[in-house]
Amino acid sequence: MTQTQVEIQLIGIVVAAACALPGVFLVLRRMAFMSDAISHSMLLGLVIGFFVVEDLTSPFLIFAAAITGLVTVALVELLHRTRLVAEDASIGLVFPVLFSIGVLLISKYAGNVHLDTDAVLMGEIAFAPFSRFLVAGIDLGPRSLWIMIGIFLFNVVFILIFFKELKLSTFDSGLAAALGFSPVLLNYALMFSVSITTVGAFDTVGAILVVALMIAPPSAAYLLTDRLDRMLFISVLYGVAAAITGYWAAHFFDVSIAGSMASMTGVLFGLTFLFAPKRGLFSQWKRHRTQKWEFSARMLLVHLHQHEDSPSAMVECRIDHLQEHLSWEESFSQQTVRYAQKREFIRISDGILYLTQDGRTLARQVLVE
Amino acid sequence: MFELIETIFHDYTLRTVTFGSGLLGIISGALGTFAVLRRRSLLGDAISHAALPGVCLAFILTGMKSPLVLFIGAIIVGWTAAMIVSGIVRNSRIKEDSALGLVMSVFFGFGLVLLTYIQKFPNAQQAGLESFLFGQAATLLQRDLTVMAILGIPLLLITALLWKELKLFTFDPDFAAIQGFPVKKIEYLLTSMIVIGIVIGLQTVGVVLMSAMLIAPAAAARQWTNRLEIMTILAAFFGAVAGISGALISSVAEKLPTGPMIVLVISAITLFSLFFAPLRGLVWHRIRQIHNRRQLQLQAVLEDLYILSTQHKEADHAHPIEVLRSMSLGHGGVDRSLKELENRGLVYRKTVGVGVLKEVFVQGWSLTEKGNQEAHGKLGGDAR
Repeated sequence: MTQTQVEIQLIGIVVAAACALPGVFLVLRRMAFMSDAISHSMLLGLVIGFFVVEDLTSPFLIFAAAITGLVTVALVELLHRTRLVAEDASIGLVFPVLFSIGVLLISKYAGNVHLDTDAVLMGEIAFAPFSRFLVAGIDLGPRSLWIMIGIFLFNVVFILIFFKELKLSTFDSGLAAALGFSPVLLNYALMFSVSITTVGAFDTVGAILVVALMIAPPSAAYLLTDRLDRMLFISVLYGVAAAITGYWAAHFFDVSIAGSMASMTGVLFGLTFLFAPKRGLFSQWKRHRTQKWEFSARMLLVHLHQHEDSPSAMVECRIDHLQEHLSWEESFSQQTVRYAQKREFIRISDGILYLTQDGRTLARQVLVE
Repeated sequence: MFELIETIFHDYTLRTVTFGSGLLGIISGALGTFAVLRRRSLLGDAISHAALPGVCLAFILTGMKSPLVLFIGAIIVGWTAAMIVSGIVRNSRIKEDSALGLVMSVFFGFGLVLLTYIQKFPNAQQAGLESFLFGQAATLLQRDLTVMAILGIPLLLITALLWKELKLFTFDPDFAAIQGFPVKKIEYLLTSMIVIGIVIGLQTVGVVLMSAMLIAPAAAARQWTNRLEIMTILAAFFGAVAGISGALISSVAEKLPTGPMIVLVISAITLFSLFFAPLRGLVWHRIRQIHNRRQLQLQAVLEDLYILSTQHKEADHAHPIEVLRSMSLGHGGVDRSLKELENRGLVYRKTVGVGVLKEVFVQGWSLTEKGNQEAHGKLGGDAR
């Protein structure tokens, strides 16, 4: 690996990790679309900031864009509180306006500056290492790497300090308010974290892919655990994995690195969605299937138990009689018998079913329940 | 003005762009009504972003850039995205907002991958696919318009034909199911219609802003009426106005891209509606609030005067304003109320003496005969 390759991956890893942390709370609080809204509308903040300082590298730009993020959140809430518009529509009304104003300002007044909307939306992480962070002439590495490390640390510290408060207000905002924590203040603090992460990440991965890095890893983690601290940790791992695999996939096919990273978050989520141990689609399906046979086998055992040792046992306990008595299909009753036989609940001789000791115990248990 | 209209009819590009944007406004406005009322506003955003890889895939597979091919690709992939979202929501504990955000951003990311892949093609055929990102109304051609009409006008027809079903499904899906309507099929149909409506607009306003074309006209129309018929027609009208005027403004002014301009116009219409629409508008709401408060204050003063008059022997006993003020603590507006009551001839002023020896003369207020009757009618015997 060349130095540039290492640096690109490092930037990707830090961006993904920084995004995953506030993303966890967005997913849990059902505010995922706030990241989309913020990532679009901060374009306006960038443009206005640029008009003020006329320097694309100024940290003031990040600040201006982060403020725009908060303004977006406030506007959405204001609109929603009039009760004239539902919340989802409020989000969908606010950010296109701010984004449109940003695009118009750029194309009207900043056409010849390196601030084009494509770059904002798509970003190009491949160019990130070319902008160096120099202190007294010493090269300390890519500028964006340092910015993102700063933002990552900010997020870590924010979550560590307010972990208890965030947890409480996320899962029970009513109780949090009753106990005297201000949900509004905390919400805006969280949104500030989202804004600043989005702004920091935009010139590497682009505005829309920030959304992928914020939403997909926490969603996958949500399927794997019920604990907030583990969810944070797993989300970061997923983000990092997507960054590295995404980079190499892009390298191999020679395509957009940021797009490839976003696609990898989707692939990783898809795999988790299918194969997660408890909540995955596959294990859900398996559980449903075994539950079906378990239930029918129990029915069979109870039936056998009722007629056991009775005069009618010779008739009632025949395999072919099940179809009549329980109105089961032939194949279904055979499969059920096989299932019960495999678990040694019954044994068969001369086409007549007999309960084993285990089967009898289970049947009695079922009847007691 | 006339010059402009004349230009529209003569200038080919301008005519195409204006018609295209207007048509798009009508379709997305009408369909958006259902999306907004069913609280599925953000589905539009997700679908429009997710359609990008569809456009790219259609181009990669066929090598053609004809609008119909690209539209079909976008429709298939956009529809798939919508189905994946509902699949995720149904089969896991992930909420709809996360599922939408996830599918949207991942599909869009994959779209970017495909775009960069296409850019390596040896021929220059791929030029113009990027216009789907932000939309370039100026690149609309007659054939694009034809495809838009072929795909879009049936949407309006279906809406009209299945009006009853869509209406019932939008407001009360459970009742619709009980009545035996195929709710699942209606839902799929509506989703498919929204997907097609979105894809039609991609070329004009782009994937990023298309959702606004769906939400804003409907949100604006909602403020003016409580009837679905009127709302749908109004939303289509607002959409058309925004589409046409946005296209015209951006053609007159230099360097103002059409998509964002249309979005700004429709957002301005929405903002105006939020403030000034009768009944629901914020301004009227506030005016009504003030009016109601004054009415209550007026009643309170009238009743206080009546209570006072019942507690004094002489009927024309006048009471200083301070007494009334202290009686209606928390209501306020005593001065204004008295003036209004005087205008209506319910009270009159009179100089009275106060203090131990009645040595200080101040102005006092007393009920007229008419005022007495009115207050008595309102309060009856309760005041005693």
